[in-house]
Amino acid sequence: MGLVPKPKMPGMIKGLGVTLGTAKRTVFPGGLLKAPAPSKGANTVQYPHEKEAPPVRARGVIALHEDNCTSCMLCVRSCPDWCIYIEGHKEMAPPRRAGGKPRQVNKLDRFDIDYALCMYCGICVEVCPFDAIFWSPEYEYSEPRIADLLHDKSKLGEWMGTVPEAPELEAGADKKGKK
Amino acid sequence: MIGMLASIPYWGASLLRVLGGIVAVLLPAGTIVYLFLFKMMSFMQSRLGPMEAGPYGSLQLFAEVGKFLQKEDLYPDGADRQIFKLAPLVVLASTFLLIAVVPFGPDAWFTNFEAGVFYALAVSSISVLGILMAGWSSANKYSLLGGLRAAGQLIAYELPMVLAVIGVVIQAGTMNLNAIVEKQNAGSMFGFSWLGNPYLLTQFVGFAVFMIAIQAELTQAPFDMPVAESELVAGYMTEYSGFRFLIFFIAEFATAGVFSLIASVLFLGGWGVPYKWFGWHIVEGHVGGGVANWMNVVGPVIMLTKMMLISFIIMWARFSYPRFREDQLQRFAWKVLIPISLANIMVTAVLKVAF
Repeated sequence: MGLVPKPKMPGMIKGLGVTLGTAKRTVFPGGLLKAPAPSKGANTVQYPHEKEAPPVRARGVIALHEDNCTSCMLCVRSCPDWCIYIEGHKEMAPPRRAGGKPRQVNKLDRFDIDYALCMYCGICVEVCPFDAIFWSPEYEYSEPRIADLLHDKSKLGEWMGTVPEAPELEAGADKKGKK
Repeated sequence: MIGMLASIPYWGASLLRVLGGIVAVLLPAGTIVYLFLFKMMSFMQSRLGPMEAGPYGSLQLFAEVGKFLQKEDLYPDGADRQIFKLAPLVVLASTFLLIAVVPFGPDAWFTNFEAGVFYALAVSSISVLGILMAGWSSANKYSLLGGLRAAGQLIAYELPMVLAVIGVVIQAGTMNLNAIVEKQNAGSMFGFSWLGNPYLLTQFVGFAVFMIAIQAELTQAPFDMPVAESELVAGYMTEYSGFRFLIFFIAEFATAGVFSLIASVLFLGGWGVPYKWFGWHIVEGHVGGGVANWMNVVGPVIMLTKMMLISFIIMWARFSYPRFREDQLQRFAWKVLIPISLANIMVTAVLKVAF
């Protein structure tokens, strides 16, 4: 092993060429003869002015389909951050068929997700047996006040409108959908 | 220019010099930071850089300065307060002392030392003191490590820088920077005088060594061991915030600008263009024929152009190369650069005597 590291000249020249080439491609995306257009050549997007559509299955925000929820508390207990709060009460509902007994149903009083705590693991979505919780790719819901990141059930219900159609699964499999 | 300066009182001339010095330090620093650090670096990474403050982010510098000025001036508990406060100013002072010797035109200089090269090389090493002061007084082990690395590196690369310049001094036969400029633009190579004699062509080895050495002196990327952010947070700047960090930041890029100016004076013909182009001639050791007054105005622009070229090379290398390890860095200085520059001096001296 030599005492002096041997300078690898071709590699060093190539390195300079890589950075200069990237700069050229960024500033002159249509070739050196066209007018410079860095906003076209750059790989980035100037976010507030132009937006990239997130992938359909992006984990943006969690939406609640309230009618499907039975307040079973599975999502609350499986949440690693304890960021879901559920309160409910039992109610008697009219019988399904004439002459039947009145049914007992669980009514949601409160279903809050604190997005200041949520770490977007998606366990609640996975664990829900009644298809009440969905991922939505919406991501623009930052707030000046941290307390406003607590979304209540009406806000979570509004996100339902942004939930994309579930992708087609293999033939015969049960598709998760908004029922 | 001289007549104009002579007609105003001494204090007025001094004030003009101070203002000129501030412009000459801050203007290159600003252009380097905006054009190269913000924009060129972004383009080389396929992004756009600052775009919001002003058209194409051109007012981003003011936003940055405003941000730093708003921040609290923090001192660590165990810091040696006086030294800690003084350190960034020492670093910046070395930049201002350095600009004093750079000629921008036949008469557009701040001071015209006979031993200008000697002065520039001596003064440029004052910044090492400021960096060591910052590293030691911060009472932080990362700062201290950064300061010590900086001291070791700056001293190691001071030598090849000085030795590379000696070749130019031998060839010019003078240490006066203005005379070096005149010699390059009025000179000829092998009787061929259309290009003058920029020492870039005859002292190309010295130029290469000088560029590598100033890259290290400026602690720019392949040689950024003292501020290696992945291991030392920010080296000797770790504990600084607000105004004092801003001064370090300005000093870093202002020094890059001033070193580029000095490199363009020593190797690219400084403020002049080859005199042959416009048929100028030398009168009493200076460019004559009524051109001098013009060159005092055009000279700074030419200087700025050449400075941009040199600092483009510095920044290009900075954005392209990964960091040297500490031992590689020292070996490179002592075992490669210094022998090369010594050999360059030998060859230059022999050729100078031979021709």
